[in-house]
Amino acid sequence: MPALAPTAGGSGVVVSGAAAQRRPRTAYLLLLPGIAWLAIFFVIPLVSLFFTSLQAPTDKAGVYQPGFQVGNYLTALQEYWPVFIKSFIYSGIATVLALIIAYPLAYFIAFRAGKWRALLLVLVVAPFFASFLLRTYAWRTILADEGFITSFFNALHLLPENRILNTPIAVVLGLTYNFLPFMILPLYAALERIDPRLIEAASDLYASPFTGFRKVVWPLSLPGVVAGTLLTFIPASGDYINATLLGAPSDRMVGNAIQTNFLQFRDYPTASALSFILMAIILTVVFVYIRRAGTEDLV
Amino acid sequence: MRWLRKNLIPIIGILVLIYLFVPISVVAILSFNKPEGKFNVSWNQFSLEAWQNICGVPGVCGSFVTSIQIGLIATVFGTILGTMIAFALVRYRFRGRSTTNLLIFLPMATPEVVLGSSLLALFLNLAFPLGFWTVTIAHIMFIISFVVVTVKARLQGMDPRLEEAARDLYADPKATFRYVTFPLVLPGILGAALLGFSLSFDDYIISAFNAGTLVTFPIYIWGAAQRGIPVQVNALATLVFVLALVTVVSAQVISSRRRRKMESAAAG
Repeated sequence: MPALAPTAGGSGVVVSGAAAQRRPRTAYLLLLPGIAWLAIFFVIPLVSLFFTSLQAPTDKAGVYQPGFQVGNYLTALQEYWPVFIKSFIYSGIATVLALIIAYPLAYFIAFRAGKWRALLLVLVVAPFFASFLLRTYAWRTILADEGFITSFFNALHLLPENRILNTPIAVVLGLTYNFLPFMILPLYAALERIDPRLIEAASDLYASPFTGFRKVVWPLSLPGVVAGTLLTFIPASGDYINATLLGAPSDRMVGNAIQTNFLQFRDYPTASALSFILMAIILTVVFVYIRRAGTEDLV
Repeated sequence: MRWLRKNLIPIIGILVLIYLFVPISVVAILSFNKPEGKFNVSWNQFSLEAWQNICGVPGVCGSFVTSIQIGLIATVFGTILGTMIAFALVRYRFRGRSTTNLLIFLPMATPEVVLGSSLLALFLNLAFPLGFWTVTIAHIMFIISFVVVTVKARLQGMDPRLEEAARDLYADPKATFRYVTFPLVLPGILGAALLGFSLSFDDYIISAFNAGTLVTFPIYIWGAAQRGIPVQVNALATLVFVLALVTVVSAQVISSRRRRKMESAAAG
């Protein structure tokens, strides 16, 4: 969660005199165990996954031999490109919806909540305390076919399939809901650091509330917007829980494809190739996006 | 109309908060339900059965305890390792800093399916038996980054003059750390540990890949979803939610009271 930890106005850059004199050897000792853990259980597995993605099949089903089958990537893409596009459409819409929903709440907590601020922040994180799976499952009750919400929208003839559950709408709604705190917290962290006097100054200079927002608040909150959208988009595009619990079999996402290939078909090369393609796309999106937004201090 | 315009943002904000709580309320309400069939998805009849007999369904409490054990072990190790990295990053200049930062950032930018499947690939290649320890190892791995980021923020937000003051008062580095630095960073470390525990306790995807035949609480729920989740699961989840909320809110209240007291003492 990089955005939750924005460098506090540069004060973190200053390493005080005495601290700077300390030898870097202590630093390496402090780093060693944690970095070793990440190297063994994050970096090496990724490398291992890469080699798996190039493995060739043997005569026995589910057993593979080392190889250099670049073709695995092509077959994976050929078979699953529509799933990739669908996944990124779902997670993209969910991210935009989450931004629209989260911004007013973050703004409210940052500027209007006064002494209730700390409590409201706790309430935002509180959904985390209840099981992710159960919360997603609860949407089945809320969006049930005979339920209030579905009936309401049906009465307005707004639903193409006359239902919400087991359609892409339910999947997107689930994704939006589940990653909302990841959007609210970075937005809040960015908004909270804006001096309210800047907004007053804008209105003193005859800016309408809307212009004041567009020219002052929004640009200053951009680091939070960037961080929040990334923290929502990344987990959403790899998720398969919402698609499985809330969608129809035709709404399955890349996460589902990786999971079934790995755990059911035992087609490890295809599953690994899919993982790498997913990660490559996400990292590309992240870097292009960060470049565009011009905030590189996120990483 | 003017009133509405003035209060539009608070109204929307509160509506969003309510929205955040809707699914949890459903989970809690259904814990008092006596479902009609196997699936506890719609209201049928009030019943306290699940609450009175919370371990009544085989597997529920066992998986719950497993998840707590894994969560505690993973949180302790993840918090220690992550805090050490955070201190190194904020307090020292050394070569390889940006690589370290990248190594911390990457696990957070990697989707859980990829983290889970890549670890599984490693364990399979090593023929390492899947179970309690593989899940714990995986949880420590993803907790570290979140701890680093949280503790780092706390360290960076600290007023460096407090430690300077301690040194000016002839505190040696050890005493400075023990009586000034550590108590100031402690809330950040505790917050990181809480975050780590809740991430571990609630994790399904990474655990599912590396669990083998082990059943954690989320894995139990996932399996039960196909044949109907027992009401006891709702009761347990509600209990955890309420306990966590009460703990965090009372911690908030206590710390804000203490702060106010200190402020008024300083002013008086």
